[in-house]
Amino acid sequence: MTTMVLAAGDEFVAPGVKDFFLPPIFGEVTKPMALLVLSIIIIGAFFIAATRNLKLVPGKFQFAAESVYDLGRNSIAREQIGAKDFKPFVPLILTVFTFILVNNLFGLIPIVQFPTMSHIGFPLAVSVLVIYPVYHFVGFKRHGFVGYLKHQTMPPGAPWYVLILLIPIEFFQKFVLNPLTLAIRVFAAMFAGHLLLLVFTLAGEYLLFSGGITVIVAPIAFAFAIALTFLEALIMVLQAYIFALLSANYIGAALAEEH
Amino acid sequence: MNTLILAQEEAINPVLPHTSEIILGLVSFLLLFFVIKKFVTPRFETLYAERAAKIEGGIEKAEQAQAQAQQALDEYRAQLAEARAEAARIRDDARIEGEQIITELRTKAQEESARIIAQGQTQLETQRAQIVAELRGELGRLAIDLADRVVGESLEDEVRRRGTVDRFLSELDGTSAPVAK
Repeated sequence: MTTMVLAAGDEFVAPGVKDFFLPPIFGEVTKPMALLVLSIIIIGAFFIAATRNLKLVPGKFQFAAESVYDLGRNSIAREQIGAKDFKPFVPLILTVFTFILVNNLFGLIPIVQFPTMSHIGFPLAVSVLVIYPVYHFVGFKRHGFVGYLKHQTMPPGAPWYVLILLIPIEFFQKFVLNPLTLAIRVFAAMFAGHLLLLVFTLAGEYLLFSGGITVIVAPIAFAFAIALTFLEALIMVLQAYIFALLSANYIGAALAEEH
Repeated sequence: MNTLILAQEEAINPVLPHTSEIILGLVSFLLLFFVIKKFVTPRFETLYAERAAKIEGGIEKAEQAQAQAQQALDEYRAQLAEARAEAARIRDDARIEGEQIITELRTKAQEESARIIAQGQTQLETQRAQIVAELRGELGRLAIDLADRVVGESLEDEVRRRGTVDRFLSELDGTSAPVAK
């Protein structure tokens, strides 16, 4: 790692954007790319192994898989989309949740230690190329083209002078902002979190090896790094949950009868 | 990849997505989505449906059993009430019948006693008449006998007196002779 080498020098170089773009492992394959592929193998293998022999009374492993499935199915999809329509969207919401979750958690696993979602391309692919078309597609299908545009941009009961202001805002939000904020939210959280961890870890390392009196402050930096790791763990799970929750929320809003 | 080269030159903007990453992200996501949709969700949903069916079946069965028990209880209660009414009716009947029997028996007994008394009286009457008749005959005979004896004794008096003296004398002889011996 370039920063490590630099940090070991006389002058401390703060970690930055460059630490997120490490040289490829081999060929053109970078670390996040390999991790992404690894994540889908892990999730796929976990669920296939768990569902191979399902029993009415679950064992420990099945219970764990069911808990994850129920979180995506009942807590997120059914709550946000409604008991009537949620069934077809369960696989999508579950995929979103587990996909983001595992890729976020890579940031904590030793050696791996890199949250894939801190590269904006990955969350953007999910939000703009999957969630965005899906919720608008089901909305247009449910309400018709004009009906859906009206449904999404004109809250019922609003007077005409408010609508003049509201229609552009709602349109901009629903058709431009929503998918972008969805991706940026998880990207920014992962990026900032990883950066914070880097700062404290590398600073601790620098203080420890630079010699002199600064050695006594080094443990403080490491303690902060550890505390932040726990905070990161919470944020990683939370961001995955929020991503899935909002995806389901957009689908539910597009399908809802009333605004 | 030029972005990587740029990265080393610190001229990279992390907010701008890389095309390769978008493509890989989309492909991976869709692959995972396909696996979950094809294998995971249907299995779980089948399991949930089975579980729900089993639980609902159990509840239904329990409800059925409860309904049956309730029905049996109602039936039992109805039967009990009926049996109680029947018993009360039988008791009333029995009391009435008993009273009837007692009065009947009483009249019958009274009749019987009256009959026995009457019979006794007639019997007594007959016996008395018989005795009276008997006594009347006897009395006549006795009177005649008595009269006969009174008249006869006076006639035989002399003879008897003589006979008595003779009997006394002979008795005296009989007793003194063994003493002398």
